[in-house]
Amino acid sequence: MSSASAQLEQLARREYAYGFSTDLDTDLAPKGLSEDVIRLISAKKGEPDWLVDWRLRAYRAWRTMSEPAWQNLRFEPIDYDDIIYYAAPKPKAARSSLDEVDPEIRAMFDKLGISLAEQERLSGVAIDAVVDSVSVATTFKEKLAEAGVIFCSFSEAVRRHPELVRAYLGSVVPYRDNFFAALNSAVFTDGSFCFVPKGVRCPMELSTYFRINAAGTGQFERTLIVAEEGASVSYLEGCTAPMRDENQLHAAVVELVAMDEAQIKYSTVQNWYPGDADGRGGIYNFVTKRGRCAGARSKISWTQVETGSAITWKYPGVVLQGDGSVGEFYSVALSANHQQADTGTKMIHIGKDTKSTIVSKAISAGHGQNTYRGLVKILRSAEGTRNHTRCDSLLIGPDCGAHTFPYIEVKHPSARVEHEASTSKVSEDQLFYARQRGIAEEEATSMIVNGFCREVFKELPMEFAVEAQRLLSVSLEGAVG
Amino acid sequence: MLVIEDLHAAVGDKTILRGVNLTVPAGEVHAVMGPNGSGKSTLAHVLAGRDPYQVTSGRVFYRGADLLALNPEERAAAGVFLAFQHPVEIPGVTNMYFLRAALNALHRARGFEEVGPSEFLTLVQEKMRAVGMDRALMSRSVNEGFSGGEKKRNEILQMAVLEPTLAILDETDSGLDIDALRVVADGVNALRRADRAALVITHHQRLLDCLVPDRVHVLVGGRVVRSGGPGLAAEVEAAGYADFSSETGEISEPVGATK
Repeated sequence: MSSASAQLEQLARREYAYGFSTDLDTDLAPKGLSEDVIRLISAKKGEPDWLVDWRLRAYRAWRTMSEPAWQNLRFEPIDYDDIIYYAAPKPKAARSSLDEVDPEIRAMFDKLGISLAEQERLSGVAIDAVVDSVSVATTFKEKLAEAGVIFCSFSEAVRRHPELVRAYLGSVVPYRDNFFAALNSAVFTDGSFCFVPKGVRCPMELSTYFRINAAGTGQFERTLIVAEEGASVSYLEGCTAPMRDENQLHAAVVELVAMDEAQIKYSTVQNWYPGDADGRGGIYNFVTKRGRCAGARSKISWTQVETGSAITWKYPGVVLQGDGSVGEFYSVALSANHQQADTGTKMIHIGKDTKSTIVSKAISAGHGQNTYRGLVKILRSAEGTRNHTRCDSLLIGPDCGAHTFPYIEVKHPSARVEHEASTSKVSEDQLFYARQRGIAEEEATSMIVNGFCREVFKELPMEFAVEAQRLLSVSLEGAVG
Repeated sequence: MLVIEDLHAAVGDKTILRGVNLTVPAGEVHAVMGPNGSGKSTLAHVLAGRDPYQVTSGRVFYRGADLLALNPEERAAAGVFLAFQHPVEIPGVTNMYFLRAALNALHRARGFEEVGPSEFLTLVQEKMRAVGMDRALMSRSVNEGFSGGEKKRNEILQMAVLEPTLAILDETDSGLDIDALRVVADGVNALRRADRAALVITHHQRLLDCLVPDRVHVLVGGRVVRSGGPGLAAEVEAAGYADFSSETGEISEPVGATK
């Protein structure tokens, strides 16, 4: 074997910069799940009866369901009785403004490179910060309120806007949708809520930063974004977790609703702890994300950069209900070390003249296994629909794998569905060419991989695109040298 | 500048170079000619440090130091440039970005300041005019979808921007029309300086009409079988390589294209 590929093989070695944990005084629920635990969570949050009932119905449904087995993933069985379902940093005192955010939490976010102090942050991005089970701070609330935009933690939305939450909760992802969605519906603790009223363009990017801190816990957040007629919003989420030898479960649900001519752009940079070079530890990331283009000519666009987690299982999809609505999915998924990803999308075409675009870029390195799984479903009602899918895999080193499972169901003869796929390797020729020009092997690898992902990165908001490129370089660090 | 002593090299268990001796003094341009399979490209790749080629014996000195001890990027930093016979495509990486990354990598390695985007743009535009390169190609991905001629022009542009001390051109002239040949020749001529040198590898004499070399070496069967002045190129063109095969001595079987 040539030295270049031998060096590439060492791609497994990578540094995780967010692996620290913070010593917070944390309020924990007892281990395991029961109706009592759900009532406890609900009581801690002071929830109304309808929500407790909904949780309990979800829990009962969950108990009749079993873990899905169709995915192309191998992992140790999850012991659902060994997980703490609620962990909240204890507030030192009731806080009324951001200035009163616990200094330790503030320091933790500073260390993550996210300042919760508004004046110091990148202007134009409002942040909801979620630690373990609760939201600890939301910035720019007043400024957003002036525009009529509601952006707050899910718990606060339940208290202050119960009618909105009740109208849309579970309307896109019903609790019976799948095993992990049912679990989330039973125990979800916090997350972000966003409501953009009719005709309003949200004046700034909204973002949620999710942080798992406590040990032995799972994170089950729920995000709900509603854009009314003609409204538009761009939302970003980022995630990190400490390095631990045990696996931690993250099972989130995200629901998006877009009315007539509304647009929602949802971007994710997922960097949960991926486990060490030998595959110990890391987050199990089982996530259900779906958007509903309820109105005519509405548009929902998912962009994801998945570099973290030991296991990734997620298929952000769009239900294209409104005539002329548009769904998009742009994805970069990196599996290095012993990481495994089974990810893709579902585009369900119901309305006439609906259009979807799927661009998936999968990168496998080390012993990583990367699976694209995508469903394009065109119902009998969906006249004149179009889908274009492009699915590229890049292999780095001899021990990784790339797999593609496209599912296409077409019930209307007028549909135009295109699927393109390719698999390539970072070639010795490319590396040598760059090195001959003086570019060191590590930088050259990173350049080639970033080039491969460019189509997706250009869909990300500016700050995120830079972050994503940096993250990819860090994740590939140690590839050589 | 470059001293090659009894160089033997192989790919796997196939020996290709069988004792190459060659000296290129500073300030000179030398041509290496030879039939297909004679080891011309292997020589170029060994000098640049390409992986599957193993040096089994012999030495190469570049400005007095052991060239073979350096990895490819160190050789580049030392001023060695290889214009590829088959330039490689890098999808998604723009030509402009790639070239600036290369120039700045060389600058960093040499302890110089990096070149900022606007300063670089000025530099590249000047060089692009010199090689007659279409501006649009700079914002396209490296060599992706370029015609054969555009790829070669791009190599010459890179050479012009990176200003190597030792330029090695591996059959850069193959498949080019006369105008493009002129660009290659001008590119090499523009770099001529007392402290630089070039090794131009070619199959045909055509390029050497535009680019008069100081010396011509004929490589057959993995060895330099004849060296001479610029006139040797014309002699080779007229007589073909067959006459030289007899001079290869102990090589019992014909090599490459003559097989």
